[in-house]
Amino acid sequence: MSAVAAVFARELRIALRRPAEWAQPLVFYGIVALLFPLGIAPRDPALTTFAPAIVWVGALLSALLGVERLFRGDLDDGTLEQMLVSDTPLSFLLAAKLAAQWLLTAAPLVLASPLLGYGLGLETPAVQVLVLSLLLGTPTLVFTGGFAAALTVGAPRAGLLLPILVLPLMTPAVIFGGGAVRAATSGLPSDAPLYFLGALLALSLTLLPVAAAGALRNAID
Amino acid sequence: MWTWFHRLASPPTFYRFAERLAPWLLAIAVVLIGIGVWRGLFVAPTDYQQGDSFRIIYVHVPAAALSLSIYTAMAVAGAIALIWRMKLAEVAVVSAAPIGATFTALALVTGMLWGKPTWGAYWVWDARLTSELVLLFLYLGVIGLQQAYSDPRTAARACAWLALVGVVNVPIVHYSVTWWNSLHQGSTILSAEGIAKPKIAGEMLGPLLMTLFGSYLFFGAIWLRRMQNEVLVREKRAKWVRQIALQASPADLLDVAPRAGSNP
Repeated sequence: MSAVAAVFARELRIALRRPAEWAQPLVFYGIVALLFPLGIAPRDPALTTFAPAIVWVGALLSALLGVERLFRGDLDDGTLEQMLVSDTPLSFLLAAKLAAQWLLTAAPLVLASPLLGYGLGLETPAVQVLVLSLLLGTPTLVFTGGFAAALTVGAPRAGLLLPILVLPLMTPAVIFGGGAVRAATSGLPSDAPLYFLGALLALSLTLLPVAAAGALRNAID
Repeated sequence: MWTWFHRLASPPTFYRFAERLAPWLLAIAVVLIGIGVWRGLFVAPTDYQQGDSFRIIYVHVPAAALSLSIYTAMAVAGAIALIWRMKLAEVAVVSAAPIGATFTALALVTGMLWGKPTWGAYWVWDARLTSELVLLFLYLGVIGLQQAYSDPRTAARACAWLALVGVVNVPIVHYSVTWWNSLHQGSTILSAEGIAKPKIAGEMLGPLLMTLFGSYLFFGAIWLRRMQNEVLVREKRAKWVRQIALQASPADLLDVAPRAGSNP
């Protein structure tokens, strides 16, 4: 267990020394959300209709942003080999790494999302559902991205491939996440999509680290 | 039974087995699809609601069914490849992906052509259409991943992992009709009343089942052929491959042989 904690702490320490790394997704998220109102007429009521999609696609894109670099540094400096030969199961170490990744890149988005939600004209109940849906959905996004990064870590030309791998796998989270916010904006109960998000979360937290570990072993060995 | 199964996993045995089986599958498939399409297009009565446009069902339903089945087959083969480290299963995964992508594209295109007269639009952002499109991207991801690695075994095993994780999408595609209450019509063959009281007239159902089974057999034949090719490429240094190549075209090989020998 100490190895898991060590990996977690190491990720946080590295990130804290390079604030640009974890600040980037947040800034990116803000810019994406800013571009949508610029694209359509200002004060257009359609903006509120599109708010769930804007917020969720923004979260998805910023989750995609750091995915390619996720294992790059660890591969170059040999940390990944150490994780592979460690007697702690690789899936636990990857789960710790991805949890740290979530805390650094996605948790700020969740915290910033009420600002975005109100900015796009959502009412308070919808904003609450928005935060809850992002809280349940962003770990799924991060873990899916981690799996795809593990798949391509040994491939020399994976840069363009990564989004093609990741985005189809992320669609269920966006469907249910956007669906929850959409239901809340139209005054309908949003429990069902939130439960689906919870189910996806449970699936991805338990299965994806194992799959990522297998893919990583395959890519490096 | 198990010893036979294990022997089949060896590439030369599989190659000979497929060599014998594939022509039969293809022949039966051609006959079934031929009769099914002819009866579907010329013999089956016109639909009371959709007119003649329903006849595209004889292409659309087999393609759509295969698009899902092939992905499931890929995931099963992927699981076998990863758990038992069986080389032939790896070959099966990478050989199935392009066929699956083709059938998915076919299902999408025929669905669009069918959608225009019935719904008045080629494309609607409906759950089922969208998830079929997602399925196409999943297939393209598998194909892309395979080409990203130069080592065929690493590539195939990466594809196997992706197929296993992506298989979550298959039930979503399948049940999306009931979950999201979509515009797409429900299943006509598999209904709650069962086979005993089908929702489709016998004259229409017969040809559909023929093209459906014919398409599955067609896929089986193509899959075997692609697997044979992949096995040949992977085992190109093996003795049995050289023997097969000698039988196939001794002249060509003799032509190549001196050059290969002069440059060790």
